[in-house]
Amino acid sequence: MENEKVKTKAQSGNLLEVEHLKEYYPVSVGMKKVPLKAVEDVSFTIKPGETLGLVGESGCGKTTVGRTILQLYKPTAGRIVFDGDVLFDSEKKIKVDMLPYRKRMQMVFQDPYSSLDPRMTVEDIIGEPLDVHKLYANKKERREKILSLMELVGLNAEHAMRYAHEFSGGQRQRIGIARALAVRPQFIVCDEAVSALDVSIQAQVINMFEEIQEKLGVAYLFIAHDLLVVHHISDRIAVMYLGRMMETADADELNENPIHPYTLSLLSAVPIPDPETARRSKRIVLEGDVPSPLKMPAGCPFRTRCKYATEQCAKEMPELKDRGNGHLVACWNK
Amino acid sequence: MEANKEDFKYKKRAFLSAQIDLSKFNKNDFEKATEEEKKQQDVMGESRTFFQDGMRRLRKNPLAMMSIFILLAIVVIIIVAPMICPYSYDTIIRVDGKRDRGVVNLGMMQYSDMEIEYMERTGEKLFPHIFGTDSLGRDYFIRCIYGTRVSLSVGVVAAIMVLIIGVIYGSISGYFGGKADMIMMRIVDVIYSLPDMLLIILLAVVLNENLGPLIQGTVFESLGSNMIAMFIVFALLYWVGMARLIRGQILQIKKAEFVLAARTIGTPNGRILRKHIIPNCLSVIIITTALQVPSAIFTESYLSFLGLGVSAPMTSLGSLANAARDSMQSYPHRLIIPAVIIVLIVLALNLLGDGLRDAFDSKLN
Repeated sequence: MENEKVKTKAQSGNLLEVEHLKEYYPVSVGMKKVPLKAVEDVSFTIKPGETLGLVGESGCGKTTVGRTILQLYKPTAGRIVFDGDVLFDSEKKIKVDMLPYRKRMQMVFQDPYSSLDPRMTVEDIIGEPLDVHKLYANKKERREKILSLMELVGLNAEHAMRYAHEFSGGQRQRIGIARALAVRPQFIVCDEAVSALDVSIQAQVINMFEEIQEKLGVAYLFIAHDLLVVHHISDRIAVMYLGRMMETADADELNENPIHPYTLSLLSAVPIPDPETARRSKRIVLEGDVPSPLKMPAGCPFRTRCKYATEQCAKEMPELKDRGNGHLVACWNK
Repeated sequence: MEANKEDFKYKKRAFLSAQIDLSKFNKNDFEKATEEEKKQQDVMGESRTFFQDGMRRLRKNPLAMMSIFILLAIVVIIIVAPMICPYSYDTIIRVDGKRDRGVVNLGMMQYSDMEIEYMERTGEKLFPHIFGTDSLGRDYFIRCIYGTRVSLSVGVVAAIMVLIIGVIYGSISGYFGGKADMIMMRIVDVIYSLPDMLLIILLAVVLNENLGPLIQGTVFESLGSNMIAMFIVFALLYWVGMARLIRGQILQIKKAEFVLAARTIGTPNGRILRKHIIPNCLSVIIITTALQVPSAIFTESYLSFLGLGVSAPMTSLGSLANAARDSMQSYPHRLIIPAVIIVLIVLALNLLGDGLRDAFDSKLN
């Protein structure tokens, strides 16, 4: 693999811009069709070679955001700009043919067991993107490319003819990463890419993600629910709750100086490896359950579980406001 | 450690230890493994494909292996026997070119008086009538062989037709989903609710008049228009079960993440169906097809039994059994033999289908 980094042509310096993204699913309740608001008004940007961590609890719409960016789901509303090209704009009714962009944006999936076709050899799995985009001139070049990709993710060349079920979870995830890298993308959505692995393997795979970023200059949208992992790999972190963005900041800034009450409670739930410190630190336990996305509370969705909630919270959803140094928070009271 | 490498002594073995006593050796007794030797230690399980894996499990199933053996034996017999046996399924036996009135209704391995006399006269041995002869004086063994040929090929052809139509219809319906799926499945429901026997009988009657002149002089002529009607009905009606099954499988598989991954790559729909979805339904397809054959043979048999099967003088196992009904009390073997062959084929295919399911269904292992 040549070590040349990917370049961007965007004027703004952003590789990806997501503005007011909405994704509703129609769900039938009895005879009525009710929209399930999986993602409600999410905006963020990612610079070339940067990693944005996206955290939040299960069902808050993280995965949907990732898949909507890749247009695996059709967005309900919003605007997605990739490298200066508008991929989707609900107001101007723009929807482009995604095929050329599939070469430039890729995805690594959560479950290394179900994301690899059990009937295909590793060579065919990694070779599929090459086949689809016709990225080779002959069989020999295809094989060379596949082997260099396998080497890049730390797999043995002898493994090329094997089936996915013959590998361990970590190795399978490496195959998935090699498949995503095959088209030399500028941007990869890592959808809980390490959540299914155990801790020691997680570390290996995360380090590999970082090495690849250094070598190839890809940008990541790193989706996870483990704040420690996200803090380790991300340049910036965005916190989501019930389909809305609550707080965005630089990784260290968010860790040291969290503002939003939801972020505070998330951070307090991170296990501390030192029992002395752990005993002294206070855990903020949230009361009640996450409200159903079918019956979203008016105003701020977090107010039902927030101890700072006021009347204003019930009336209006707070905007993301800059609290200095690009630390954006959506809260009335903090 | 590095410094006193030379005078390094291994610890004495513990009392009652099963380990090699290393204190008897020193460092120089050992040499480092070369890269090549290290490679040999990498024990690699042989890479097995889905089929090799399934076949290995199938081979361990005695019932399935016996079924394969019986089916192979039947296939070999129906191919080879007509080459050896001098009689033909549609001609009445003649002895020395002369009509033999005594050759009708012979028992198993019997000769008629004229044949015995002929053999004594010339010293030549005549081929035995293994299953005897029928009421018209035709060799019953060769008729059974031809009947099996017809029945088996009807079963296989019908199963292939069901396979092709069912897989195409089911995969389109399942993969594209939504409105297309809704409409296609309602059509299936309608077809499902049609009484198939009634339709076969009606079609056979209608086609008999219209197809008769059309198929004259072709391969189908000896099979008769009833057979064609049966094929058409199979093609029209029996694929629905297969289509439903395939659709269900595909609905399940298309939600798998590897299909989503393929879509992320930009793989076109056709390729996703061919390379990802169909190969993953393969076990279900194989099993259902194997179980479709006996059901087709059964249908053919009882249609022939009703007199709607192949046209005479061609025969099938069902029509043999039907013809034997009249003389059931005097010559029971004529009913028993085709019945036993049907039972053998259907049982073997069903057991084989079960064995294939056990061997190839990934959910069970």
